[in-house]
Amino acid sequence: MPLIALLIGFPLLAGLAILFAPTHARRADLVRWSVYGLGGATLALALSYFRMEPQFFALGEGVAGALDSAFLLGGIALSVYLLFACRRIKGREWYIPLLILAQTGLMLFAELAPEHPEVARQFYVDSFSILMALIVGLVGGLICLHAIRYMQDYQAHDLEVTDRRPAFFFMLFVFLGAMFGIVFSNHLPWLFFFWEVTTLCSFWLISYSGTDEAIRNGFRALGLNLIGGVAFAGAIVWLTHGPGLHTWELDQLIAAGSTLALIPAVLIAIAGLTKSAQLPFSSWLLGAMVAPTPVSALLHSSTMVKAGVFLLVKLSPVFHDTYAGLLLSLVGGVTFLVTSLAAVSQRNAKRVLAYSTIANLGLIVMCAGVGTATTIWAAILLILFHAVAKALLFLSVGTTEHLIGSRDIEDMEGLVYRRPVLAAMMLVGILGMFLAPFGMLLSKYTCFQAFLTMDVMPGDGILLAAILAFGSAPTLFFWSKWMGKLVAMPRRPNPIEAAIPRDEAIALFTLTLITYVACALFPLADWMFVQPYTEFLTGAGLIPLTDDRIPWETIAMMTAMLGGIFLLPLIFWLRPPRFAVVSGYLSGANVDGSASYRGAMGAEREVESRGYYLTGFIQEDLLVRRGLIGAAILMTLMLWSVNP
Amino acid sequence: MNVEHWGLAVAFVVLGPLLGALLAGLDRRLTARMQSRQGPPLLQPIYDVLKLFEKDTVVVTELQTLYLWGFLFFMVISGFILFLGSDLLLSLFALTVSGIFLCLAAYSTNSPYSNIGSSRELLLMMAYEPMLIIVALGFFLVADSFRVSDIVAGSPWQVVQLFGILLGFLFILTIKLRKSPFDLSSSHHGHQELVKGITTDLSGSDLALVEIGHWYENTILLGWLYLFFAPWGVALALPIALVLFFAEVLVDNTHARLKWATTLKATWVVTGLFGVTNLMLLPLIT
Repeated sequence: MPLIALLIGFPLLAGLAILFAPTHARRADLVRWSVYGLGGATLALALSYFRMEPQFFALGEGVAGALDSAFLLGGIALSVYLLFACRRIKGREWYIPLLILAQTGLMLFAELAPEHPEVARQFYVDSFSILMALIVGLVGGLICLHAIRYMQDYQAHDLEVTDRRPAFFFMLFVFLGAMFGIVFSNHLPWLFFFWEVTTLCSFWLISYSGTDEAIRNGFRALGLNLIGGVAFAGAIVWLTHGPGLHTWELDQLIAAGSTLALIPAVLIAIAGLTKSAQLPFSSWLLGAMVAPTPVSALLHSSTMVKAGVFLLVKLSPVFHDTYAGLLLSLVGGVTFLVTSLAAVSQRNAKRVLAYSTIANLGLIVMCAGVGTATTIWAAILLILFHAVAKALLFLSVGTTEHLIGSRDIEDMEGLVYRRPVLAAMMLVGILGMFLAPFGMLLSKYTCFQAFLTMDVMPGDGILLAAILAFGSAPTLFFWSKWMGKLVAMPRRPNPIEAAIPRDEAIALFTLTLITYVACALFPLADWMFVQPYTEFLTGAGLIPLTDDRIPWETIAMMTAMLGGIFLLPLIFWLRPPRFAVVSGYLSGANVDGSASYRGAMGAEREVESRGYYLTGFIQEDLLVRRGLIGAAILMTLMLWSVNP
Repeated sequence: MNVEHWGLAVAFVVLGPLLGALLAGLDRRLTARMQSRQGPPLLQPIYDVLKLFEKDTVVVTELQTLYLWGFLFFMVISGFILFLGSDLLLSLFALTVSGIFLCLAAYSTNSPYSNIGSSRELLLMMAYEPMLIIVALGFFLVADSFRVSDIVAGSPWQVVQLFGILLGFLFILTIKLRKSPFDLSSSHHGHQELVKGITTDLSGSDLALVEIGHWYENTILLGWLYLFFAPWGVALALPIALVLFFAEVLVDNTHARLKWATTLKATWVVTGLFGVTNLMLLPLIT
């Protein structure tokens, strides 16, 4: 318990210290030490609860009461702050203050109820929440480290942006603390408070640059997340005043099963969908890409959006074998399909990453809705691989952007030759995202198997499997296309002189290493974090015991493939074939390497060729709008299906 | 898994390319006959490759050879898994990875022709990938396992149950074999056979690696086709698979090339219409 308190409290204190640090250098040092401290504390937690059954903690009555009042007041203060921020809303954003009032009203209605449920055990630790904590503590910490130098360049580059870096780092650390709160709280109203803190941080950080676009996008993120907040508050009200289940404890809610807990679970699922930027709420995540890149990496790909799917996976036993669960899976499926296609049409690297983030979260939602041991297993592995690989990709795009002055994928042509180390890290990220034998592939493999054996209504699993099959194809296209740009031989020598700054290099190297290790030692990660969790759930009878483990020979084959990916470059490096190097074929006499050639009439012609973005075939707006309508209908059906 | 399976898998690694080369040679003979030509000897593809190894190899970047090794490695792994009687879905994933490495080799040379060739190849992969997955899913639903050895020992009725999926598979087989109307990625430039889509900037032993990889691929695809009829026994299943395989040559010679958008749409429509519908109807056919 002290470790949990430390993890939640320490980032807040560190944030305050950073906020009041006298100089830039002092602040940078403080950030570094806080990151190391946080990483150490998370590791200590992981070691001390290594492979344990879920542990619950009860606070003393006095402490619990004090915290109760503190969180209640904190919640009100938060709403007041948000209402104050709403002074800058424009015409179409009128609904935001209403949502804030609705949410606060609902919460007060629940918390001030004369007879509200008593919470015996406020905090818990299980292996899934340890995995989340490791992601928040280590990956999140590394991103903060990367941000030190990134923000310095960012401010130097964009003189019009007011330098609010002390508050920026304060917000990052507050956010980390709130994330720890989310993954360890068993007390739903407290969890909700932490949830709202992350919404606030996200809103503030998206609007950081203060441009009109940033502020509008910040409000959009706030508005859509508040819809989820209202749904969450609604769930708490239902659990307080509604018929049936009376509890404020997450584990009780999960244990109650689908007959009792489905209504609040579906309401919380809506909050999860907004937080994880699923259709129809996805637009805020695209808008959030205006924020500085470390913010995109931290909040909008590896941690905050994971909080949404974290809750969905937690509640997944409730969704198992229900229509609501099936519809939830379909919402995830539509999101996966639509955003995978939309990503094909994007040239801006950050937008590609944003769409692919939404798509991956969609895949996790699909798993969570099915709720068998294997899909929970696949979902947790997806969370892990996505968090590390995506953080790595975002940060390397950020660093590349500062080195070459662009985040356009076309401008990254030949990065393997211009910046071998950076390109290698980006390639590791991409491989970890979709190619590495142990990442996505394994999760997809188990998903197919699990979908085909589910049984809610005829044809349901086939529908999900078909969505997965169709959605995977564009994924392959846009990642390979990007890799193709990176490995292309530059037509002209175009080296980048500037060095990668030290903090950024540390963050990038460590993340590359983590991605590698997570892929290579995946069975270990599975044994440490996933198995104890699913075994506990099956042991408690919450999910059915299924015997669809992956056979050893499949694992052996995957290992052979992974070995090949390691060994081939090694052999190549040891015994490189020596061939004559010429410039590429241009259908004429090459004049300047492969950059230009002598064409008809003896004129010298420049060579131009670009990647395929299929913008005529995939109309992003139309596609997303249709997906939005589809997902909205499915979500309405989901709500309707639990109609008491 | 027993000695027989291992023997078959090892045989694939050794003899697979030979079978694939014979298929390619026969293909060229048949094509020639359809065009009222004599056509080259049956072993011509092998002569070609042996000659390629004799030639000087020029490269745009030395790394392109590394990517081609990756292409060949994953191709062999894919076939090895298939003939070992192991996991069909895994074999499919390896095949995909192999295809991506070939595209990377072409992308790395960065000439406009290679660029267009590899982009089109990726487009085609995007087009046929869902159908290939659905084939594996169909087998899973019928044989209750992704294991090839279970599928081979499955019900003799499986080809009837999976008839729609078989049609869909034959459709994408045309793409996989780079036949007209879907040979977008290997369209020739100008009037010479040497400059050809994705292989524009590959020469000498590099080009030979690509050819050998394609021989392996021929054998793998024939293997996939064989799976549909496998429960009937080799004597019946193999001839049927071969006839269907060479039916693609006829299609090749009677169709003009399509544009990529038409190809993509047509393939996905066929996948939905035959593949997904077949999966949905499967519970009714058993």
